[in-house]
Amino acid sequence: MAKDSDFLVQMNDIYIEGRSDETWMPIINGVDLTLRRGEVLGLIGESGAGKSTLGLAAMGFCRDGVRISGGEVYFDGIDLLAAGASAKRNLLGKRIAYVAQSAAASFNPAHRLIDQHTEAPIRHGVMSRAESEKDGMELYQRLRLPNPDEIGFRYPHQVSGGQLQRAMTAMAMSCRPDLIIFDEPTTALDVTTQIEVLASIRDIVAQFNTAAIYITHDLAVVAQMADRIKVLLKGDEVEEADTRTMLTDPKEDYTKSLWAVRAFQRPQKPAVLSGATPVISVKNVTAAYGPVPVLNDVSFDIHEGRTVAVVGESGSGKSTAARCITGLLPPKQGSIEFEGQALPSDYRRRNRMQLRQAQMIYQMADTALNPRKTIGEIIGRPVQFYMGLTGAAKRKRVEELLDEIELPAHQYIDRLPSELSGGQKQRIGIARALAAEPKFIICDEVTSALDQLVAEGILRLLARLQDDLKLSYMFITHDLATVRSIADEVVVMKDGRVVEQGPKSEMFQPPHHAYTDLLLSSVPEMDPDWLTKLLAERGIENIGDAAVTKMS
Amino acid sequence: MHPVLRITLQRLALGVLTLVIVSFVIFAAVNLLPGDFAQAILGQGATPEAVEAIRNDIGLNDPFWIRYFDWLGALVSGDLGVSYSQMMFATGMGGEDIQLIPITEQIAPRFYNTMFLAGLTAIIAVPISLAVGVLAALYRGSAFDRIANITTLSSISSPEFFLAYVLTLFLAVQWQILPSLASVTPEMPLFERIYTALLPALTLTLVVTAHMMRMTRAAIINLLASPYIEMARLKGISPIQVIVKHALPNALAPIINVVALNLAYLVTGVVVVEVVFAYPGIGNLFVDAVRSRDIPVVQICCLIFASAYVLLNLTADILSILSNPRLRHPK
Repeated sequence: MAKDSDFLVQMNDIYIEGRSDETWMPIINGVDLTLRRGEVLGLIGESGAGKSTLGLAAMGFCRDGVRISGGEVYFDGIDLLAAGASAKRNLLGKRIAYVAQSAAASFNPAHRLIDQHTEAPIRHGVMSRAESEKDGMELYQRLRLPNPDEIGFRYPHQVSGGQLQRAMTAMAMSCRPDLIIFDEPTTALDVTTQIEVLASIRDIVAQFNTAAIYITHDLAVVAQMADRIKVLLKGDEVEEADTRTMLTDPKEDYTKSLWAVRAFQRPQKPAVLSGATPVISVKNVTAAYGPVPVLNDVSFDIHEGRTVAVVGESGSGKSTAARCITGLLPPKQGSIEFEGQALPSDYRRRNRMQLRQAQMIYQMADTALNPRKTIGEIIGRPVQFYMGLTGAAKRKRVEELLDEIELPAHQYIDRLPSELSGGQKQRIGIARALAAEPKFIICDEVTSALDQLVAEGILRLLARLQDDLKLSYMFITHDLATVRSIADEVVVMKDGRVVEQGPKSEMFQPPHHAYTDLLLSSVPEMDPDWLTKLLAERGIENIGDAAVTKMS
Repeated sequence: MHPVLRITLQRLALGVLTLVIVSFVIFAAVNLLPGDFAQAILGQGATPEAVEAIRNDIGLNDPFWIRYFDWLGALVSGDLGVSYSQMMFATGMGGEDIQLIPITEQIAPRFYNTMFLAGLTAIIAVPISLAVGVLAALYRGSAFDRIANITTLSSISSPEFFLAYVLTLFLAVQWQILPSLASVTPEMPLFERIYTALLPALTLTLVVTAHMMRMTRAAIINLLASPYIEMARLKGISPIQVIVKHALPNALAPIINVVALNLAYLVTGVVVVEVVFAYPGIGNLFVDAVRSRDIPVVQICCLIFASAYVLLNLTADILSILSNPRLRHPK
């Protein structure tokens, strides 16, 4: 294909490889990508699909251990793969900018925001320091950051995550580039924060007519942002179409399966008998880390065979409540009851039977499993510790547990965690919790690090186990779609307090508590006009963090 | 109170406590040394009566705790005491009228000389190590990186006296650029002083560079995978700027700590080098004092060495706290 001056970015038949263990493994296998001026292209796919790698390749950049092994990349007619390092550096930051996933990690902790903002304009001779500072404050204003004249003089740790993400967008705009690569800019944010960032990004990209590649795994988000969507799977392009066509009429089976994930829903269970003793009862718990109060008079019950979803933003006290239940953080006031009996507040004073009853499954299966132990040893440890089984009996029990989580025992029992995929590791986490034969399991954001399809598999497994073993779950999450699919009851937390609780059917029906309403309304929907409508309906002042601030 | 100030005061108090403990350890350890001053000074002619007389004279027969607290009390009030050899000299000359020279005056010029040598070495070694470390991180894996590593590692692996003699051989004997004896005197003008002390300073530079350079390199490379470094690269910043402006400020804490440890070594570990070059520093005095069991001098030297460690580590702690913007600018 000849290069075409209509396109700002033209990538032809790109092959990218990554090095692992001294061999080059393919990451991208012959993908084409074109982008016109002022156009926004959404790149979606699961983790490992090569979205970020392809996005960076559009800048002519490869991370260490990655190489572009074939194809062509043209930016505005410039052959980026043939261009020298210094020629590329003259484009980066000036005409092509990047917005990273975690703004908190991508801002240098040692420098103030404004100094990082002005760095590129000064380096490229676009503006003087004074001009760029003034321009930065204007951009902060446009991106609706609070105190735009002052916020730039803070260090990154003094600014919240959502604000940092907007400051990073401002930084990308500092030289008024022709192209910005957004690499999952809202994935690390709470829903209420995400919505403001999305609105800001969309607005400013339109104002300056900047072309953008928007990388995400969240379909509903990309539906709001992109003009066209390209779906990637394991380094191959699945299909590409304009946003509306893609949403209403996906051609490929894989795309359809992505669209269908949100369909999983469990039937509503009958109401709990009045007078039934809850498995776990949290009674008026107040807790603090040192002098910092975290929980304030929190009460909720979890009944046999039910799932209670605890939702709220980061910092609302969800995980702290779990730490109180497990006894890791003894509450200052209040008590935890198990089947009507108060548990000692400190886990060190609980006996083995009491410890056994409350097990945990963690968010990051990667770090929750000892990398030096085999799967058999990881699951065998609680089997031996709680159930007292050894030798052949222990091995048999571990094999049963592996069957339970749908991983064939003979294949997995001697492997190390590093030899498993993310979803399989999370299954091992589940088996380890089951090994104690508990009545109650705390699931702390167990699906948030997983791709949608894999997450759905985990949710289905948890649902089946609950039905088979009469387990009770406390399901900590910030993802309301997960709540909708798995919960029986919902507890909404904000700033260490329970603001609303009740059966799921009631929680998703109006009338809501104002905060619940805000949470629910902040979850992006597949409708490409959702954000526009919401902004028109409520006004920018009444969504996201702005609304939260008003409330408190 | 500002957190930095609070942490500084805490560390300072801890430093004082450490010194008190160290003073006890030194006193107890010196007390355990075999032989005593009386025997050492009398040599062959040590009759029990004579030994006993001298021991009584200099207070060696008092109980341990009394001697310790006497010594500590005098220290706190600024009196470092008088060396045994001075006391013997005074009694030998037969009278109270002879002016005793206190340890303070004995040590002061030596202390100044040692600090001068340490300072001179630091001025040469620290910038070189940092620069070589930064360049080695920038061109990691290149020939420059390997040569820097091999050179510094082989110099740290060789004994100091060997390095000292190699340098003397080339710089003083073969090419005759520098004097082989570093006998500085108080009257020397500054430049002559530097010139005279250059050979021991270069020897020490070779000894301390490796740690500092390798820590600089490692601390920087450790950060190169950070998202903010990638961000800087994607803003079109040149590689050397990325390292100096974006990686180095975040790598300072471990570097400062290694620098401080090495500076402390310069004050305390120079004995061998001072002896080789006949440099009139504390190390030389210390060796003489140990040989003649002159306990007050040994104790004070040990205490100076300990204080150097404590002070430099304290400074390093405070500087690495200051290099952390989270502590410098709380929310």
